[in-house]
Amino acid sequence: MNIKEGEIFGLLGPNGAGKTTTMNMLCTILNPTSGYAKIGGYDVFKEREEVRRSIGIVFQDPCIDNFLTGRENLAFHAAMYHMKKREREDRISEVLDLLDLKGKENVKIDDCPAGVQRRFEVARGFMNHPKVLFLDEPTIGLDIVARRKLWEYIRKLNDSEGMTIILTTHYIEEADYLCDRVAVIDNGRIKVIDTPDNLKNSIGEDVISLEIENGRGKEFLNVLTGLDWIEKVEAYNNSFELSVSGGDERVPELVNLADKNGFTISSIDSHKPTLEDTFIHYVGKTIRESEGSMKEERKARRARRRGRR
Amino acid sequence: MGKIIDPLPMYTMWLRQMIRFFRMKARLVSSLVMPFLFLAFLGIPLSILPSSAMPGIPEGMNFLDYLAPGILGMTLLFSSMMAGASVLWDKEFGFLKEVLVTPVNRLSIMLGRSLGGMTTSIIQGFMIIGISVLMGVNISSVSGLLLSIVFMVLICATFIGFGLILATQLGEMEGFMSIINMIQMPIFFASPAFLPMEMMPHWLKSIICLNPFTYGIDGLRGSLVGYSTFPLIHDFVILLVTSIVLMLVGAYCFEKMEAN
Repeated sequence: MNIKEGEIFGLLGPNGAGKTTTMNMLCTILNPTSGYAKIGGYDVFKEREEVRRSIGIVFQDPCIDNFLTGRENLAFHAAMYHMKKREREDRISEVLDLLDLKGKENVKIDDCPAGVQRRFEVARGFMNHPKVLFLDEPTIGLDIVARRKLWEYIRKLNDSEGMTIILTTHYIEEADYLCDRVAVIDNGRIKVIDTPDNLKNSIGEDVISLEIENGRGKEFLNVLTGLDWIEKVEAYNNSFELSVSGGDERVPELVNLADKNGFTISSIDSHKPTLEDTFIHYVGKTIRESEGSMKEERKARRARRRGRR
Repeated sequence: MGKIIDPLPMYTMWLRQMIRFFRMKARLVSSLVMPFLFLAFLGIPLSILPSSAMPGIPEGMNFLDYLAPGILGMTLLFSSMMAGASVLWDKEFGFLKEVLVTPVNRLSIMLGRSLGGMTTSIIQGFMIIGISVLMGVNISSVSGLLLSIVFMVLICATFIGFGLILATQLGEMEGFMSIINMIQMPIFFASPAFLPMEMMPHWLKSIICLNPFTYGIDGLRGSLVGYSTFPLIHDFVILLVTSIVLMLVGAYCFEKMEAN
């Protein structure tokens, strides 16, 4: 796996997939048990000092000193990277500007709202002009407004400083919105790496989800085989996820087909594939096998999708 | 590899401790309450007794004078142990993690923190001396006061090292908090901080002689009120060796500690 300079790269996976562990190894906190990784040409295990000099990190758990003000935290961090006083002051005002933190820098972190606290953590992470900035679940625990704001800032950082950003997240919208490329990981293994758009397209042009009444899903599967416009069928008991070409027009076609063969469709819905569909496609099976509540989850998903319209 | 000692980050770590110390006024005040109570409710009433009633207290010496350096030592003991363990606090709250991914080596991080803890402990120590003087303790001389700083530094170094070792071995805050009293109080009571050795049973005397804290108290007492059981140079050498050993072991433990 290669991450290009200047890109925003996302590690997307369910809880416990190994996102943070990967990140900790890349940040020289954990030693890998096997394999190797290089950042800017430096080996994360053998050349720790050089790696540490070229990266910035925002951890998942807050790591900022609550008793200090934002400015003090930034100055502290800069000094740890041997920045001289002048350089430090210049950089602090630059960073404050970039993240719209001017006017909040002299407030104790404890007294700042969560979104601002998080922004200060991000600010601190790139004080030292890192080549690579790691963000571990950057928006976890933030409300939707603060999250969107932070996304904008992360974009801006990537544009204005040209730094490579590697982020982990289990929020699909976040990966979709921010990342140039995404790696879907599960159980410590990479399932797929691609751009969000390619990932979406990889499961077909359009997705139709439907559900058959009276537990006759298995029989309905026979009806579906042999239709050339259906690219892929994923069946879970009585629920189906079809990758199709032709989109919305296929909905009445399917309903007619079901009618003709004596099946009743209890719900049907067509949409453009989302990253969520892709995600489910690549990691869904294992979740399903281990938890067995896939149907519930699909129902909930469909309800949410309906709600969105 | 970078320099072994990294002055700017060390100074920064120290400065952070100072800012935190002065910002947490409630903690500062509460750390002075117990020493004050000891001096006011034990020191003052017991000083009614004639010195001849207490073996080990020299002729004509007031018990309050005898007690004050002991209480000063107690304050230093408690605050240094906490300072040593505060490495652990940072670990608990994640701050340490972010320090450990900077290119600063661990020895400098640990030394910076320790110096910060030492400075705040000594500031507290001077507040205790101030309180004692207000209560009527006679400090023997200005040179004695300056000499006492040497002993304060050594006591702090010894117990910061000890606190650090304990903290790295126990690994978590709850574990440390639950046993800290079990360790601090015996160190305090098995020393001449409170009562002279001459009043203790024989078996306890040998324990007292093995306790490095004993020599810290003796040194403080010798320099502040002009009475010590052992020669001051004897106290100084024992404490110096102990503090160096404990700081080295502490640094080693910190070096080996996992960041996660």
